[in-house]
Amino acid sequence: MPDTPQARISPDTVAKVARLARLDVSSAEVDRLTNQLAGMLEHFADIDALDLAATEPMTQPYPLVNVMRDDVVKPSLDRDEVLAAAPAAEDGRFRVPPIIGLEG
Amino acid sequence: MTELSNAVDIANAVRNGSVSAVSVLDEYLARIDARESSIHAFNLVTREQARTMAAQVDADVKAGRDPGPLAGVPIALKDNMCTRGVPTTCSSRILEGWKPPYDATVVTRLAGAGAVFVGKTNLDEFAMGSSTENSAFGVTYNPHDTSRVSGGSSGGSAAAVAAGFAAASLGSDTGGSIRQPAALCGVVGVKPTYGTVSRYGLVAFASSLDQIGPFTVDVRDAAVLLEAMSGHDPLDSTSIPQPALSLQGSLDRDVKGLRIGRIIDLPGGSDPEVEARLAESFDALAAAGATIVDVELPSMKYGLTAYYLIAPAEASSNLARYDGVRYGLRVDAADTNSMYMATRAAGFGDEVKRRIMLGTYALSAGYYDAYYGKALKVRRLISDDFARAYQKADVILTPTSPIVAFPVGAKVDDPLSMYLCDVFTIPTNLAGHPAMSVPFGTGAHGLPVGVQVLAPTLGESVMFQVAAHLERVAPGGAK
Repeated sequence: MPDTPQARISPDTVAKVARLARLDVSSAEVDRLTNQLAGMLEHFADIDALDLAATEPMTQPYPLVNVMRDDVVKPSLDRDEVLAAAPAAEDGRFRVPPIIGLEG
Repeated sequence: MTELSNAVDIANAVRNGSVSAVSVLDEYLARIDARESSIHAFNLVTREQARTMAAQVDADVKAGRDPGPLAGVPIALKDNMCTRGVPTTCSSRILEGWKPPYDATVVTRLAGAGAVFVGKTNLDEFAMGSSTENSAFGVTYNPHDTSRVSGGSSGGSAAAVAAGFAAASLGSDTGGSIRQPAALCGVVGVKPTYGTVSRYGLVAFASSLDQIGPFTVDVRDAAVLLEAMSGHDPLDSTSIPQPALSLQGSLDRDVKGLRIGRIIDLPGGSDPEVEARLAESFDALAAAGATIVDVELPSMKYGLTAYYLIAPAEASSNLARYDGVRYGLRVDAADTNSMYMATRAAGFGDEVKRRIMLGTYALSAGYYDAYYGKALKVRRLISDDFARAYQKADVILTPTSPIVAFPVGAKVDDPLSMYLCDVFTIPTNLAGHPAMSVPFGTGAHGLPVGVQVLAPTLGESVMFQVAAHLERVAPGGAK
């Protein structure tokens, strides 16, 4: 791992992560987020020294197995009620802008 | 502070017809009218719905039908629980005005037990925060001192009970979001075992950590609420297949012979008064014949790091659904991707963006093993530490919060210092265990202090047994 907090995360990385997270961020926000995330990652370095080679990851607290139900038709949400809450709807479906973007 | 009625007394009086649910409701609405403008516990007071529900309860009593164990009890719901046809915002602009097409299971179950819903309470946006200052709709102030925070993220639900706006309320707890505000507002708050209360209709923050629980004025009420809302729900695939919890029988059981764990390597930095109240709680249990045993939790100090990698990682995935397509805010743009990016930038507040960024980073190619993967292994270490500790102890006591309620604005510009508020509550969520905060005297400035009782998976009975004893012997607050 890099040893200075600034080296842990760069503005370029923050801008790339923002695109992955589908968040528009201004350049001022990139700078602020870079500083804040670097500070947090510095704190989180406390676990770097732990020897975890033999430790199994724990993804959830209770030993659950996948839950399947019988494949039978049950009442579901009312389509009109659901679409009434949507920003835009047309012909019983959600309406969105063109998916093939102008930016490509 | 008003003398607070408890839910059990209200329900008993309503059930036997000595008081009407409508008159109980009026009393609570009058207190809301008098003080809500200086507390801001609610995003929405559902006055008309409450009147309809109370009138129905009274009609049931009159017709000889039992409305249930929460008959006529005014209850507030954290505004991240879906209520059909009633706005559910998560205190976020991105969901402002959204009316869910269904009720959360807890809402259905409490309504079925006779509860009367008085409103939707304020929270840190999407339950991310420890002070209820990160709300798009303003701060919730502490009823004990309105220059101070109510804690968070369920600050509105804690303040509503402390101010007498509701006899009880529901919150959600991902890293301490029920217990910490309960401690800061001087009420009881319970985070049950992961999977005991259905999360169907709870807006997801971090799905392997989130759990719903009650805020109440006393321990018995918390037991009654949990009994009413726990138990398997086929609509939640993480719901444990078992019947509802049975807890009231534990409340009067003698603590003699119980083994109470004291963590010898507990992270420091608590207020001296908070440490003193914890020491007194051990003394009180020892005086009643319990045995105090030393336990070690060497990985506890890494809990904060594990949590602030795991919870944001899960949140970054859960919050991907707010994209302007199906509900909530949309900022129009020429193509879908630009629409997503503009909508999310406009709809989310700073703390939510920070956590989405942190979580996306921790999950991204090249960093996954160093951050998220490692955090999951630390989670295992903490869980293993607890398993060893619970071989020696039946329950463990810690402070709930290292500090009493802090002034509004004191920590908003320092996310890490805010995160440190959760140092004692986070390990419970990582392990999936139950824990509860019980008011136990006061600290600096005469503000409430909470002692936290921790128990192993499905250890609610012994946890309530100890909590009820602490309540009986709490300084200046014997019931």
